[in-house]
Amino acid sequence: MDEKDLLLLHLLEDNSRLSIGELAVMTELGPQDAECRIAALEAAGIIRGYNALVDWERAGTGEVAAIIELKVNPERDYGYDRIAERISRFRQVRSLRLITGAYDLQIIVTGKSMQDIARFVSEYIAPMDRIRETATHIIMKSYKENGHAFLEKESGERIPFSP
Amino acid sequence: MRDFVSGRARTIPPSGIRRFFDLALTMEDVISLGVGEPDFSTPWNLCEASIYSIEQGGTSYTSNRGLQTLREALSRWLAQRYGLTYSPDREMVITTGVSEGLDIAVRAITDPGDEILVGEPCYVSYAPCVTLAGGTPVPVACGEEDRFRLNPDRVMERLSPRSKALIMNFPNNPTGAVMRREDLKGIADIAVDHDLLVISDEVYSELTYDGEHASTATVGDLWERTITLNGFSKAYAMTGWRIGYLCAPEPICDAALKIHQYVMLCAPVMGQIAALEGIRKGEAEKDQMVREYRVRRNLIVDGLNRIGLSCHVPEGAFYAFPSVASTGMSDHEFAERLLKEEHVGVVPGSVFGEGGKDHLRCAYAVSREDLKEALKRMERFIAANSSS
Repeated sequence: MDEKDLLLLHLLEDNSRLSIGELAVMTELGPQDAECRIAALEAAGIIRGYNALVDWERAGTGEVAAIIELKVNPERDYGYDRIAERISRFRQVRSLRLITGAYDLQIIVTGKSMQDIARFVSEYIAPMDRIRETATHIIMKSYKENGHAFLEKESGERIPFSP
Repeated sequence: MRDFVSGRARTIPPSGIRRFFDLALTMEDVISLGVGEPDFSTPWNLCEASIYSIEQGGTSYTSNRGLQTLREALSRWLAQRYGLTYSPDREMVITTGVSEGLDIAVRAITDPGDEILVGEPCYVSYAPCVTLAGGTPVPVACGEEDRFRLNPDRVMERLSPRSKALIMNFPNNPTGAVMRREDLKGIADIAVDHDLLVISDEVYSELTYDGEHASTATVGDLWERTITLNGFSKAYAMTGWRIGYLCAPEPICDAALKIHQYVMLCAPVMGQIAALEGIRKGEAEKDQMVREYRVRRNLIVDGLNRIGLSCHVPEGAFYAFPSVASTGMSDHEFAERLLKEEHVGVVPGSVFGEGGKDHLRCAYAVSREDLKEALKRMERFIAANSSS
């Protein structure tokens, strides 16, 4: 991977809807070269997918999200991997990470309501054999996601011309 | 009552873009490529450092030269980054932006009647600063035929026994041109042969996209006859903080410092604290902004050439400088009609002096979306005018 690949990754992470033509101009690559590089990055599993970054609160669907921290007894030979894989298969789980600190795993879960999330945790996650403890934090408001601020930007006061 | 305005103040012209500014203020939905400042906010860690310092009571004067810690950090950084060696205690002054640095540099060296060569097109304040200091500005055209670089032959043509110094600015506002080390060697020879001082405004040095920035004072024997000006406005998106710096051999630096202490006392401490944070911990944010500028440069140069406005690839700063010669319109006519008809603001090149005629300065320090929309409107404007 070289500087051009890195630039492609930055540009696509920022806006995955850019066309090959635009990406080629921006990166000073030929369109074919840009396309090949992106294909290689996808094949290598560096680009894992293309998503829209949605402000669900604004979309008004009433969907809620929670961060759930889990204390887990690791499994001989597998550590946290097998239980993490089981948890990750649930549709409700948006992200799952192994973390340091008081808890071992952290998951972000979405649901139709707080009760929905509470039910998911109590019915599916908490009863798992290796889960010792859970802590659920309801996300009240998102201010920034994946590097994009969700705050309303104040209109700039740039003067129209300057020397 | 007599006219109290001094002859010098009367001599200097008002800014050539005032008319456009006034016109744009009366319009809505204007996309302005006329603004020579980053559209990014100052990186937040720099702001935080300044806020924290204010909370701790850091609101006083600093030494006339500026904060010792900032000068020391700058001295190390200049050495590492550009191979420039300046003593933080004897050869450096923190100024209130590069604008003040330029003013005190010119005043420190100019006596009435001295001629100061000015590479043009250039930032609009160079010639007026020379006039206000009692000198005579002598333009040296850096035209398209020289890829907007300073051609030693053209400098030679404008030399006279009264020539004292040469002001130059690379990467250049408004053309985006960059002088390479080999280009600077020709200038160094002239400076030595004709005993000239060089004032080198390098405020866009960190915005050099292709290759390395060659700092003037590191070429040949130029160090002892160079005043290096630089600042934080462009690379660190710190325009409003007004922090620049002047570096020069001790006798010249001392003279500039005297003027600085009488007229400015010191640069604002809040800005100096933010600048210090920038030098120490602002690299990643700066790199991110530079990467984005480069992407935008590629977009605008491609777009301008596509719609028929021939544009060289600017290697630095954040300005594209396309030619409007193919449209049959003058740069002023093009800029004014483009603003009125399509609400896109650009600056006519001739505002920046000789060599800028028939060109436009388009600042690409705007979002990619605005850039694309501006190009779309310019394309429509050109299409409408070529069919009529």
